[in-house]
Amino acid sequence: MIKTLSQRLLGPVTLVLLVLTFWLGLWVTPPDKIQGNLARMLYVHPAIAWVALYVSFGTAAIASALYLWQRTRSVVMDRVAYCAMEVSTVFIILTLITGSIWGRPTWGVWWAWDARLTSTAILGLFELAYLALRRANDDPELRARRCAVFAIIAAINVPIIHFSVDWWNTLHQGATVFTENGNLLVHGIMLWTLFISLFAFTLLFFWLLRARYRVEVLRAARYDVALDEALAQRRREGVR
Amino acid sequence: MIRVALLVAGKDLRIERRSRVLLWQVLPFGVTALVLCGLALGPLHAGNSSAAPGLFYLVMLLVALLMINRAQVIEGSPGTKASVATLGLDPAGVFLGKALALAVELWLTGVVVLAGSVLFLHTALSGTLSAVPSVIVTLAALAAAGTLYGALSGGGQGPATLLPMLSLPAFAPLLIAGERSFSDALHGGSLWRWWVISLVALAAYLAIGILLYGVLEES
Repeated sequence: MIKTLSQRLLGPVTLVLLVLTFWLGLWVTPPDKIQGNLARMLYVHPAIAWVALYVSFGTAAIASALYLWQRTRSVVMDRVAYCAMEVSTVFIILTLITGSIWGRPTWGVWWAWDARLTSTAILGLFELAYLALRRANDDPELRARRCAVFAIIAAINVPIIHFSVDWWNTLHQGATVFTENGNLLVHGIMLWTLFISLFAFTLLFFWLLRARYRVEVLRAARYDVALDEALAQRRREGVR
Repeated sequence: MIRVALLVAGKDLRIERRSRVLLWQVLPFGVTALVLCGLALGPLHAGNSSAAPGLFYLVMLLVALLMINRAQVIEGSPGTKASVATLGLDPAGVFLGKALALAVELWLTGVVVLAGSVLFLHTALSGTLSAVPSVIVTLAALAAAGTLYGALSGGGQGPATLLPMLSLPAFAPLLIAGERSFSDALHGGSLWRWWVISLVALAAYLAIGILLYGVLEES
């Protein structure tokens, strides 16, 4: 009962938090002293990137690792990995688009060959390749195994993206919310809006993941029904 | 594991030596691609060595894709996987052997393409020679990654088209590191900075291959 209630609440709560994020971000928070209204992108872009890189890709990578581990190997892990990867692909494309929208007025170009941007785009390519690999194999077990290995290899890219701003001289800014010593750089309503946006987009991911997972289960069930029907037809033909 | 690796590498290299595909198809393709790159740049820029490192790695990338596909075709011939399974060969050794054979083939092609870049793209001989250690490591990393991605793409629908899709995102960092270290060698920069990335990538792909190649080859 509690589970059903939480499942029912997930969508509306996500929607309310997203509306709250946009209201706070667009009307309540003040413009930045240096960047002006452009700083409002801070309430969208980092939250989307957080979901793309850490929450959704992390879910896909962990589910893939659990699939490869004999004790936890199950079709559920494979489906979670696939669905999370698909959602992550959408979020990584949104990360690149929102980053470009911010980059054009700030850097003067839509795209810069910057270490953070390039490594993020490479992760996006990895995710598209994962989806291609998924469609290239018909055998469910072989497909699951190959995709799990591929997701783990792709996961190497995440720490590279995270530390790229420290390892190389980049146009992309470094840590924005906290300093290296853990002191806050953003305060007041701007900080709250930022945290609410992170929470809202994280919930949005889980809502999308749940919806996508249900579609995947239904699709698998439909495939099974179609297979049973085909087998039954062959049997009838054999009897005749 | 090492014994199995040497056996598999020997087998793959013997197949290459007998078929002469490397000599009569891959090497001419590499040189042709390099000449075409020069033509695409035009006579004014083709002789400018600043483009040479990137073109070298681009050609080697195309060659690597050809070689990986070919290695998968050899491995996919009827009965090969069944015989490997029957013999009980260590999958980690098989991976290392196939990666070693591919690396040797890429090194041989690399020598010819490097000579071509000195001839056609006018890279300084001394700078090119000082880039050789980084080229060896980067091509070995390409071979390790390529062997892994070859196994991932094999057997499914359209493996020849799937392979570039799977491997190019992984090859991109190697391409960047290789190109930068080659450029540093030509222009007297710090050799170590980018070479370390290729070394780390090589170690990472070897470790992943040793751990997971068996999972990919499970029937």
